[in-house]
Amino acid sequence: MTKIDIVTNLYEKLGFSKRECANIVDTFFEIIKDTLEKDDNVKISGFGNFFVRKKKARRGRNPQTGEEIKITERQVLSFRLSQVLKDEINNKSKR
Amino acid sequence: MNKMDIINKLAADINVNQKIAKIAVDTIIDSVKKAIINNERVEIRGFGSFTLREYKAYKGRNPKSGEMVNVEPKKLPYFKVGKELKEMIWKDSI
Repeated sequence: MTKIDIVTNLYEKLGFSKRECANIVDTFFEIIKDTLEKDDNVKISGFGNFFVRKKKARRGRNPQTGEEIKITERQVLSFRLSQVLKDEINNKSKR
Repeated sequence: MNKMDIINKLAADINVNQKIAKIAVDTIIDSVKKAIINNERVEIRGFGSFTLREYKAYKGRNPKSGEMVNVEPKKLPYFKVGKELKEMIWKDSI
């Protein structure tokens, strides 16, 4: 599935033009990206949370040459799945 | 930022009312969810991709009691950050 499939679903649901729907989908992901870039977390209930994690500088090794290298301090994006979706995927929703 | 904030921001950005923005956000999230549940790979250019990974059963321990437990096989989605977003977040820290 790619963005085009999401646009098609939205087109069927809203009845807006495909162009407008594409704009909506793009804006949706832009909002999330902008938020994460500002180090703010994004929580989508029933789906999961996206959050920015700070990683300290550490020593690493080039796995090919074995050469020791410095890994600089950096920020990475992590995703934590919602328990609801986790259960849904594993068919545990009906208890 | 939560779903409500996204809906409000989307409504303002594309100039529609909240009701339509809510339908749009729900539809987008639902589409992604359904695809993941159906074991379909989801790829959003510039953002990231989701793939469902299968994990085998294993014997684990309850971290609190130390008791042995059987962990059943399970499927969990893996999110891989897209290159563009990865670099955006990374650069931020320098």
